[in-house]
Amino acid sequence: MSLPATASQTAGPYWHLIDFPEWADLLRSSGPNAAIEGERITIEGTVTDGDGAPCADVMVEIWQADPAGSYDGDFHGYGRCGTDKDGRFRFVTLKPGPVRAEGNAFQAPHVVISLFARGLLKQLVTRLYFAGEKLNEQDAILNAISAGRRGTVLAQQAGDGVWRLDLRLQGEGETVFFEV
Amino acid sequence: MSYRQPAQGTQPPYDAPEYGSTHKRHPKQPLLRIPQTLTETSAPRMRPALYETTHNLAKGPGWEAQGERIAVAGRVLDEDGRPVPGAMVEVWQANAAGRYNHERDQHDAPLDPNFKGEGRVFTDAEGWYRYTTIRPGAYPWRNHHNAWRPVHIHYSLFGAGFAQRLITQMYFPGDPLLALDPIFNCVPDPAARQRLVAAFDLDITEQDYALGYRFDIVLRGRDATPMENPA
Ligand SMILES: [Fe+3]
Repeated sequence: MSLPATASQTAGPYWHLIDFPEWADLLRSSGPNAAIEGERITIEGTVTDGDGAPCADVMVEIWQADPAGSYDGDFHGYGRCGTDKDGRFRFVTLKPGPVRAEGNAFQAPHVVISLFARGLLKQLVTRLYFAGEKLNEQDAILNAISAGRRGTVLAQQAGDGVWRLDLRLQGEGETVFFEV
Repeated sequence: MSYRQPAQGTQPPYDAPEYGSTHKRHPKQPLLRIPQTLTETSAPRMRPALYETTHNLAKGPGWEAQGERIAVAGRVLDEDGRPVPGAMVEVWQANAAGRYNHERDQHDAPLDPNFKGEGRVFTDAEGWYRYTTIRPGAYPWRNHHNAWRPVHIHYSLFGAGFAQRLITQMYFPGDPLLALDPIFNCVPDPAARQRLVAAFDLDITEQDYALGYRFDIVLRGRDATPMENPA
């Protein structure tokens, strides 16, 4: 009650000291999900700034449910990836299932994406949804986004099992970021 | 269950004119407030079995870093004062000369081959964490003329809900650079800013070995009332 939460501060340009590139592969053979079954997917995209320039020093994190839509199972749905010199990130994971929502409803399959970087005094949080998913039409959060900007959180299929979503921090086509 | 919103003035803005790197990176559209769902109130179970701990950043078999040894300890609590057990705390920092072991750090200060500057610990049942390191050095940056970052250690924390995820920096008491630092001063509330400054602590100090500092961290607490759907 009386203790306000600690202030956020930027991760700065040198957060790569806690970058472990293998964490971007949630299905890595030595990792916690090696034995878990599901639809293997790749999530990729770029992060660009207000000039459209690639952001080459961003810590991209993902958090997602397992293929059954649960956060309580054995699947460890966390990944971390640093953007490369062209602002690109890439995760290998299993496609999440629909997550239970209020009442009998379900959220459409989605992946939370958080961005930490130099110039971000606190993380930016968005979600990745999968274009064409039936449940998208009923998803309360997708529906809270204006039709004109909804596309900024809809990943498009870019090959077999590859889903692409580009993130724009500022300006034209700016990604919808959430306050949660 | 949902996590409460930050108290007024306790968190920095995205758009901070005095911190140049925010200019092209802050969203211009307002953030969309969404109700917290299971996605935000659950979190990855970080545990030592998956993420190896490093309690001492400054010493290992056959090597020891240069610099003034320090021990840092504190509690991770929520806003109701409840300990957050099992929280994963990652730290990273510059070496004693103010240089990061990082290819993009161009500061002309010596690298220490015995200092990587990265560690990872977990809180115990009472929310306590502790690690040993060396006091980092201040370093220059290019934000403005003669800009130097105050001495700091970066922190990354995972709580029980993804909405509690926090990256912050711990500063040192009495640092004259604090008053001049745009990143520190981006936190509007002076009391919230001061809470980023560790306290010298003789109880944490180790006899004949390391000076002790106390740094407590508060993660978002649970809202007493469920949040209404803003949509
Ligand atoms: Fe730093």
